[in-house]
Amino acid sequence: MKKLRLSPQTIPMVASVAVLIVLYVGGCLAFDNFGSLRVLINLFGDNAFLGVAAIGITFVILSGGIDLSVGAVVALTSILIAGLIGHGLHPLAAIAVSLAFGAAFGALMGTLIQVFELPPFLVTLGGMFLARGLGFVVHPESLSIDHPFYGDFVSQTLSLPVTRKLSIPFTAVCLVAVVIGATMLARWSRFGRNVRAIGSSEASARLMGVPIARTKILVYTLAGALSALGGVVATFYMQSGNPASFVGLELDAIAAAVIGGTLLRGGVGFIPGTLVGVLILGVIQTLIIFQGTLNSWWTRIAVGGLLFVFILLQQLITRRKK
Amino acid sequence: MSEPILSCRGLTKRFPGVVALDGVDFFARPGEVHALMGENGAGKSTLIKALTGVHPRDAGEAVLAGKSIHPRSPREAEAAGISTVYQEVNLIPDLSVAENICLGRQETTLGFIRWGAIRERASAALARLGVAVDVDKTLSDCSIAIQQLVAIARATDISARVLILDEPTSSLDDSEVEELFTVVRRLRDEGWAIIFVSHFLDQVYALADRITVLRNGKLVGEFLAAELPRLQLVAHMMGRSINEVEALQHREPPARPAGEPLVSVRGFGRRASVRPLDLEVRRGEVLGLAGLLGSGRTEVARLLFGLDRADSGEMHVEGKPAAMRSPQASLRARFALTPEDRKSQAILPNLTVRENLIIALQARRGIWRKIPRQEQDRLVSQFTRALGIKTSSPEQLIRNLSGGNQQKVILARWLATEPRLLLLDEPTRGIDVGAQADIERLLAKLRDEGLAIIFICADTAELARNSQRIAVMRDRAKVAELTGADLNEQAIMRAIAHGDASHPSS
Ligand SMILES: Nc1ncnc2c1ncn2[C@@H]1O[C@H](COP(=O)(O)OP(=O)(O)OP(=O)(O)O)[C@@H](O)[C@H]1O
Ligand SMILES: [Mg+2]
Repeated sequence: MKKLRLSPQTIPMVASVAVLIVLYVGGCLAFDNFGSLRVLINLFGDNAFLGVAAIGITFVILSGGIDLSVGAVVALTSILIAGLIGHGLHPLAAIAVSLAFGAAFGALMGTLIQVFELPPFLVTLGGMFLARGLGFVVHPESLSIDHPFYGDFVSQTLSLPVTRKLSIPFTAVCLVAVVIGATMLARWSRFGRNVRAIGSSEASARLMGVPIARTKILVYTLAGALSALGGVVATFYMQSGNPASFVGLELDAIAAAVIGGTLLRGGVGFIPGTLVGVLILGVIQTLIIFQGTLNSWWTRIAVGGLLFVFILLQQLITRRKK
Repeated sequence: MSEPILSCRGLTKRFPGVVALDGVDFFARPGEVHALMGENGAGKSTLIKALTGVHPRDAGEAVLAGKSIHPRSPREAEAAGISTVYQEVNLIPDLSVAENICLGRQETTLGFIRWGAIRERASAALARLGVAVDVDKTLSDCSIAIQQLVAIARATDISARVLILDEPTSSLDDSEVEELFTVVRRLRDEGWAIIFVSHFLDQVYALADRITVLRNGKLVGEFLAAELPRLQLVAHMMGRSINEVEALQHREPPARPAGEPLVSVRGFGRRASVRPLDLEVRRGEVLGLAGLLGSGRTEVARLLFGLDRADSGEMHVEGKPAAMRSPQASLRARFALTPEDRKSQAILPNLTVRENLIIALQARRGIWRKIPRQEQDRLVSQFTRALGIKTSSPEQLIRNLSGGNQQKVILARWLATEPRLLLLDEPTRGIDVGAQADIERLLAKLRDEGLAIIFICADTAELARNSQRIAVMRDRAKVAELTGADLNEQAIMRAIAHGDASHPSS
């Protein structure tokens, strides 16, 4: 951070911050209230589960892999928590169980990928179907959570009041905490550096003594745990669980990571960039809601366009380097 | 003379279908550079990998400073005291220089990496070698030479006493090699035992105190470099008599004078890559391209082949204007290019030797006209014989071949397409002397059959020996053209150094 030099690796990150600012300022100019604190806070709160899951997937992409099971695991843990609470378990216990489950699920996929040298795409695709199906086994439809822990504690006590009428929801707090923790993990821990090294060149990393197997299994474990945490945050947000929800969430997460400057080939990327990517998706959605007449599918179209632009940008940068 | 710090006895390693290492004894002494020599596939890299835990060894023992060691990974080997720079560049391209030096051994406080300490330590490690590099630079932005030095800085930044360098010079130019050798000599004088692999005899004699020769996985012998004549070394490596080796050095002059120009370009160039130049290659002629690394010689080949697009000038093929602006068009015109950086550009590691060999020919015929299996097998056996490719079977995965043998397969890939113009960028780098002679002889034969050949090579002697005409590149421009009596090593050197030979003729 000493020099303000734009290395090829930071250009996409700077570009995505610029896009976020342009979109946000544009929204503020175009619509009254867009610039209000409430909209800003909701941007974090509404996208918290996506953000948490996207951080997990960013680690996987950094390591040169991919995780398609994210959306399904988020949905599965949401219904698992709702079901367990419905059976009388204390929400904290239910949350603990689901986090442990998510981590174990990720560890299992990671082990399959590492030990049997299977392609991550296929293993996590299988994981996606498995988790999606298991969710329906837990409970076939949406199940609301009626527990004072959820009703009062999480939504009232744990939210940070800003003004008398406005407070920061706990989900947003979770998101920010995860981003900070993950950023530190990625930048200041040996594990984080090993993940990058493997993503950049696994063969070299092996010869340099990086513990490949342990690191890769841990990466998928972390992603599974963060997906489960995404599910937990989703239950805070919706006060219910639903096995049919969050279809395709992993693709939003991948898009957010790529827009935030993570290279899909692995080795290069930034955790805060993924947050920026998530916020860009959120701002586009908010813009379309404010606009009012456009169909919400326009969000997708805008995201698609943006993705193309960012992929092109990355390609140009890597080319120019050669 | 000092006692060996590392003694290996009876090292053995089998792969399916090959005994890559067969009961080899090997010793390394502190304050000495010990060269490990042998043909491609002789087992040099395997010896190193079996010693440092990349491959488990099947038999034999290794004793380091009196203790028997059994590393199961490079990391354990490092911990035991053996540090290695493997044949494949083995650093992480996307991380910084500093991080590459310290990866896996970062200082931490409470689990947090201390970046400041890492930068300092990396700078210190590089300074010890007398290398000045910005440690915050991303590795892939550094030249291969710097990367090689970074790898050595990493290898010597621990308290090991044995340093292994497997072909560290195969992608460096002369001045870079000198820089590397300065570093190696400094380490040797500090008391490191250094094991060094290279196919360049000049380099081996410049650096090594002792030479161990392997052939077909077996030990031929250990010699003092000062007492082993060059020819004898080559004879040991090839398992032939000195007379036979001498005969190999002989080169036939062209059978007949060069024919019609096949390709000629005028004012051909590309901004920021090659200044506009005129060049002509004739049938039945080898045109050498001389110049230092970065002089533009590789870029000329890329431009001619259409890998990069020329933005000025024109090209004629057989006298007719041609817009050879893409590799596809070049393939159709039966041009072939073997690129310099084989590792990343040419090898399909997970395909077999046969598949790697026929792929260009198949591409030229179109995917719908599959080459009959019989013809494939015939081609493979023809070229494995012609180039002496050492493989346990045509169905072996190419990544299991030794480095030099992989290169021969790539060369064969292009020869199989029966090209009219062959662009060879450093075809003999990393290839052993015997095979080098084979390839040179093959070039002469192809030339006499009417092929036009462009031959790029850093070794001026090799260039002078094999070319009928030489274009000299400097600073991305053609500065001289040498033929006939002017074509000799001194003239090439002069042209490279001063930018004009005695008789510039273009
Ligand atoms: N992983 C592997 N699987 C099967 N065979 C292998 C493997 N690695 C090496 N070999 C074989 O072992 C033999 C020795 O190879 P090695 O790489 O040690 O040669 P080398 O002396 O280093 O040659 P070069 O000079 O070309 O690098 C070769 O025949 C090679 O095909
Ligand atoms: Mg080798």
